[in-house]
Amino acid sequence: MADLSVNICGIESPNPFWLASAPPTNTGDQIARAFDAGWGGAVWKTLGEPIENVYSRYSSVDINGSRMMGFSNIELITDRSLELNLIEIEEVKRRYPDNAVIVSLMVESDPDAWDTIIKQVEQAGADGIELNFGCPHGMSERGMGAAVGQVPEYTCDITTWAKSSATTPVFVKLTPNITDIRYAARAAKNGGADAVSLINTINSITGVDLDSFTPRPVVGDMSSHGGYCGPAVKPIALNMVASIAADPQTADLPISGIGGIGTWQDAAEYILLGATTIQVCTAVMHYGYRIVESMHEGLSNYLDGKGLSSVEELRGKSLERVTTWENLDINYVHKAEINQETCIGCALCYIACEDGAHQAIGVKATEDGKSEVWIKWDDCVGCNLCSLVCPVKDCITMVPQDVGATSMTWVEYSSDNPPGELYPRPKHGLTISS
Amino acid sequence: MNQTEAPRESLSALQPAPTIAVSALRPAPTMTWDEALVEAHRCLMCWDAPCTRACPTSINVPQFIKRISTGDLLGSARTILSSNILGASCARVCPVEMLCEGACVLNDLHERPIQIGRLQAFGTEDVVFGNHNPFEIAAPTGRSIGVIGAGPAGLSVGAELVKLGHSVVIYDAQPQPGGLNTYGVANYKMDMATAIAEVAFITSLGVEIRTGVSVGSDISIDDLMETHEAVFVGVGLGGIPPLGIMGEDLNGVEDALDFIADVRNGSAVVSGQRVAVIGGGNTAIDAATQSALSGAQHVYLVYRRGREQMGGYPHDIERALQQGVEFVHWSTPDRIEGSDSVERLVCSRTELTTDGTLVVIDGTEYAIPVDRVLRATGQAKRTGFLGTLAGVETDSSGRVIVDEHHRTGNDRIWAGGDCVNGGKEVVNAVEHGKIAARNIHEALLASVGI
Repeated sequence: MADLSVNICGIESPNPFWLASAPPTNTGDQIARAFDAGWGGAVWKTLGEPIENVYSRYSSVDINGSRMMGFSNIELITDRSLELNLIEIEEVKRRYPDNAVIVSLMVESDPDAWDTIIKQVEQAGADGIELNFGCPHGMSERGMGAAVGQVPEYTCDITTWAKSSATTPVFVKLTPNITDIRYAARAAKNGGADAVSLINTINSITGVDLDSFTPRPVVGDMSSHGGYCGPAVKPIALNMVASIAADPQTADLPISGIGGIGTWQDAAEYILLGATTIQVCTAVMHYGYRIVESMHEGLSNYLDGKGLSSVEELRGKSLERVTTWENLDINYVHKAEINQETCIGCALCYIACEDGAHQAIGVKATEDGKSEVWIKWDDCVGCNLCSLVCPVKDCITMVPQDVGATSMTWVEYSSDNPPGELYPRPKHGLTISS
Repeated sequence: MNQTEAPRESLSALQPAPTIAVSALRPAPTMTWDEALVEAHRCLMCWDAPCTRACPTSINVPQFIKRISTGDLLGSARTILSSNILGASCARVCPVEMLCEGACVLNDLHERPIQIGRLQAFGTEDVVFGNHNPFEIAAPTGRSIGVIGAGPAGLSVGAELVKLGHSVVIYDAQPQPGGLNTYGVANYKMDMATAIAEVAFITSLGVEIRTGVSVGSDISIDDLMETHEAVFVGVGLGGIPPLGIMGEDLNGVEDALDFIADVRNGSAVVSGQRVAVIGGGNTAIDAATQSALSGAQHVYLVYRRGREQMGGYPHDIERALQQGVEFVHWSTPDRIEGSDSVERLVCSRTELTTDGTLVVIDGTEYAIPVDRVLRATGQAKRTGFLGTLAGVETDSSGRVIVDEHHRTGNDRIWAGGDCVNGGKEVVNAVEHGKIAARNIHEALLASVGI
């Protein structure tokens, strides 16, 4: 059995699965139940000056009947008193000394305010603190949250204040509502951050009620933009995590990855791209704490299958495989192959290629009432689209072709002395004339 | 009497009484929105979809399902009804296992096919039973078409023609319109009220229906030809002729279609009875299953050949077996016995000779004690009536001969439905009506120029 325990900037956690600062970590009772279920750590829902929420807070995006593929909230930081939270932090740490308890904080931009609250939560037993520089709604209108995270100088300054007060590790939670996440991460690092957590939620309007014309979530007859998360945001978050992990200036900065994680596979992907721990919210809001059970077992089985003895051995393994477009091999050729034995004749590959890509699939209605499809080998550019739309597992595969072309990047090809010839690729000539 | 054991196929040993609710066998056509959305989202939206190709009326199934999944019931109904004006009843009575659902590619993934029939019922419900016209009706052309028979073929041709701006009058001898949809469909597939409600939708489009009017007696064919520029014949088939055996005049012996109609109007009571149905086609299976569902104590289906030769659909046969119907194969009725009412059906066993001829085996008589005998051995053709239509010819099987546009030998008369194909599904009759309507429209345009 692989070792699932991790250490992130000195904080030990029995496994990399943490709960993100959000409604599932609103109370000590919830966090206790989460630890009982198997979560390794939890980031306490953001403490600060307690606020009052609106009643209607969440909305979501369903895709083809799948619920909550995207999720949005306009809930603010904790609405519970600091005193209550401190009592509960202390009790949770007393009962669960081996689990990681990080406390998310957000106060006004005043060094004394930060100093006071940091000392209070550390006194209560927090293993670390997370600076909430990401909340994109409500708090940002009051000069906090994303209002800080969107300005690297502010991020750096406040991180510096926090570091001068804190005795435990300081995580900076980054907002994705910026143009290049690396600047925010560098600012956090320059301020002395021990780790970064990302991503916070993305500015969003999840939809519009077509009867009332009110965007969602509907608050009376009005709405406001919310913070978007859930499975739909995972690709955005993965790219940001990888950018920070691959950036020479922040490569050594530990990362707690967040965004659309609900399975062990999601977690493994974040870890492969450089995260040490991962944080989950939406999936727990959908299914409850119990989802961690399959995450545990799945990641453990995966590591065993790969011959890896710890999560740490997996971490960052994909980073060397991320590069810029210009460094990709433009002479790598692969083409689609259809397994006629398993093809069910839906012809989705045909219409996707015909209308949506490169017109490289043929179709014929067969006597048994189905459709026969085939790849026009010479026309196939290997774009993958057919294999993506095919509903049958492994029916369409992309098969590397040994065409004898010299491996060559765009940089090499466009240099004065290209190492070889560009292998020809299918292109359309004049397709329509007057 | 030499009593021998009849070859029987039955699940009755496992299921003592036919107590399974029909809903357990064939889900009710109505769905909730939640159910419909889950099902609609399962649709892969195939290109040149096999389900559409399998539909005799070429309903664009992926497109109507897409409209359901995006909450557009009006668009869904319009998609269905523009291909098949009787989409609501076809959703209920079509042998979908042999057509759209049988063609669904999900079968090849070893998954349950999309429940196209039920989605079609859902997609048409609001419009058809709410009498909302989803179509634009063309400006009146002043042309008039007479239709004989308010069954599926006649309703289809009538609806298509009124959409094109023509006047249509349908004449039907029965007190209620709808033909077999109203009188001949087994209750467990579609009840009479649903069939009649669908006809009301057709009349709301502008089709006029005169029931209780028998063409040839209440109105002469000459009058009809004079009143209308074109005539469509959709008279279907006649009754099921007597078997020609002794005892057929006893009480309790009847045409299976009359029985189905009587169950529909509530006048037939089979509860507690022992029923024998003679025949192996769809009407026989329907009558047998309906008898079982209506509380018959025991139902025998007597067929002169084996299971493989039965004309009934496999899924209907399966359902009959599940309802406890006992199949008596390789048997033919000799006579019906009883003092006043039916008491026994006496049969002999049959077999095939080496040259493939079916023969009765002498000395194999046996009796089945029954209270009712339903004959479902094939409907007669309406050759007598058809013979009165000048220029309209029939083939050796009594079916009206038409060209590919459903025009008969009389260039003012078109025909479709069972009287042309000898007895098929509602959906086939609807397609006949569609084809004929298109051709009638063109012919009227050509003759005068509308």
